[in-house]
Amino acid sequence: MNTPITRSARKRKMRQNLVAYSFIAPNFIGFAVFTLGPIILAFIMAFTEWDGNNPMKFVGVDNFTNLFTNDRFTSALKNTIVYSIFTVPLTLIMALGLAILLNQKIKARTFFRTVTFFPYVASLVAVAAVWNMLFSPSKGGLMNQLLMNVFHTDPLKWAASPKTVMLTIILFSIWKNMGYYMVIYLAGLQGISEDLYEAAALDGAGAFQKFRYVTLPQLKPTTFFVTIMLTISCFKIYDIVYMLAGGSNGVVNKNAIVLVYYVYEEAFRNWKLGSASAAALVLFVIVLIVTLIQFRGEKNYAND
Amino acid sequence: MKSKTHNRILRSVIVYALLFLLAFVMLIPFVWMISASLKLNKDIFMIPYEWITKDPRWANYVDIWTKIPLATYALNTAKLTLIVTVLQILTSSFAAYAFAKLHFRGRNLLFLAYISTIAVPWQVYMVPQFMFMRRLGLADTHLAIIILQAFSAFGVFLMRQFYEGIPDSLCEAARIDGMSEYGIYAKIMLPLSKPALSTLTIFTFVNTWNDFLGPLIYLTTDSKKTLQIGIRMFISQYSAEYGLIMAASVISLIPVLIVFMSLQKYFVAGITTGAVKG
Repeated sequence: MNTPITRSARKRKMRQNLVAYSFIAPNFIGFAVFTLGPIILAFIMAFTEWDGNNPMKFVGVDNFTNLFTNDRFTSALKNTIVYSIFTVPLTLIMALGLAILLNQKIKARTFFRTVTFFPYVASLVAVAAVWNMLFSPSKGGLMNQLLMNVFHTDPLKWAASPKTVMLTIILFSIWKNMGYYMVIYLAGLQGISEDLYEAAALDGAGAFQKFRYVTLPQLKPTTFFVTIMLTISCFKIYDIVYMLAGGSNGVVNKNAIVLVYYVYEEAFRNWKLGSASAAALVLFVIVLIVTLIQFRGEKNYAND
Repeated sequence: MKSKTHNRILRSVIVYALLFLLAFVMLIPFVWMISASLKLNKDIFMIPYEWITKDPRWANYVDIWTKIPLATYALNTAKLTLIVTVLQILTSSFAAYAFAKLHFRGRNLLFLAYISTIAVPWQVYMVPQFMFMRRLGLADTHLAIIILQAFSAFGVFLMRQFYEGIPDSLCEAARIDGMSEYGIYAKIMLPLSKPALSTLTIFTFVNTWNDFLGPLIYLTTDSKKTLQIGIRMFISQYSAEYGLIMAASVISLIPVLIVFMSLQKYFVAGITTGAVKG
């Protein structure tokens, strides 16, 4: 009896599905073929030996065991970790400090915010070129002039010396990216209720105590989020190193090589695609761990 | 009372001193860039440094166009950026509409596929992606760069977030009036989502304009290269042409500066929705 109705209902449902799929298809097909597919392929390639031309050869976990005896890879891993350990907290502190400074009622606030944020959108090739000149190893570089004439210390070799190359990269990275995280902190600061500060003032809290007992605890979720984002982006560092520490042929030496550079070099200079994919998976595992920590943390904050 | 005003003055002195220092640190590289772009190479590292040259060498801005095919690079970059941005906006907002406002089989599963890849950095799968593109004959083509950038999960995610905030009743009312889903998308959702579209536009624009690693891997023919790769190549070949390098850098920054200045508030809005993929 009710077949005609269910049939027409089913037909309508199918039509609805088709309309929905037609909305998704243009993006999803591109996404599935060029992102999802290669991601799956990355996991397969990591267990093979392949030069891109001859047939792939399955080699089990050999690529991974070889990585950890490879001098360039262990240097890359070490440098990336060192870079992250310094860059994450320093950028975070700078971003928080700037957000507090630029959240006050000051003249030309928009100007100062724009100025702080602009290096983040400025193209890296251009700003890295200036940095290479400002931080020139010669005595005529502006930074060395500053060191010698204002601080009365010896000039540094900056990116040209194994001792200071990482320092140069870290300083540059902080300068370029702190404006971005400042914006996130500004949003966090604006989310703190005025009442809390008034209550603290009634209790006789000074500026520092307000910061210590109101601002910092209230910003905990923001700080957590910023830490995660920063850590992930630090592990993906590549182009800064390429531009500040790469020689004229773009080769980065052992003192500054980082994970993504190693992947790039193994794949597109040495054509060892299996080994490159294995190194890429190490990066993936690190990022995955950080992301999982984020998921757990977000759950905690949601329960608060 | 007296100490209070005293404190306040001291406080604003400190604040403005810090602001001055900040502006100094952030702006010096750009000021230096402009100043150096008007100099002869031999004057760049002169001590003491001349911030405003007595006789600016405007020729640097003319010579750079003939020294390297800067116009070709700029045109390539503009073309790629434009196509990627348009494609990204169209396909993302289209897909996001279905995820936010339509009910269909497999919705959650498909969306999960998008979300889970946001956590996978591009650097993890850039190698197999390149091999795949090469197999398709797309190595050293602009099409490869377009494909690389145009179908990001981030765009779908950002637009969906925004559409979720638009009440369903608006769509329902239009459906009762007999409007098709395509009509609702084009006539109701798109006009309402201007802020989100602007955010996506500026993010895609800046990312594509500044992209380095993608073009570095894919584009080998000189005439196909983008500004970033082209300028970088010039820098490594003529590392002592300081004046010209700085002039090229200034030129490459101008479009970003213009777009950034006009859409800045959407950029900030995009970051603070917390859904930004760095």
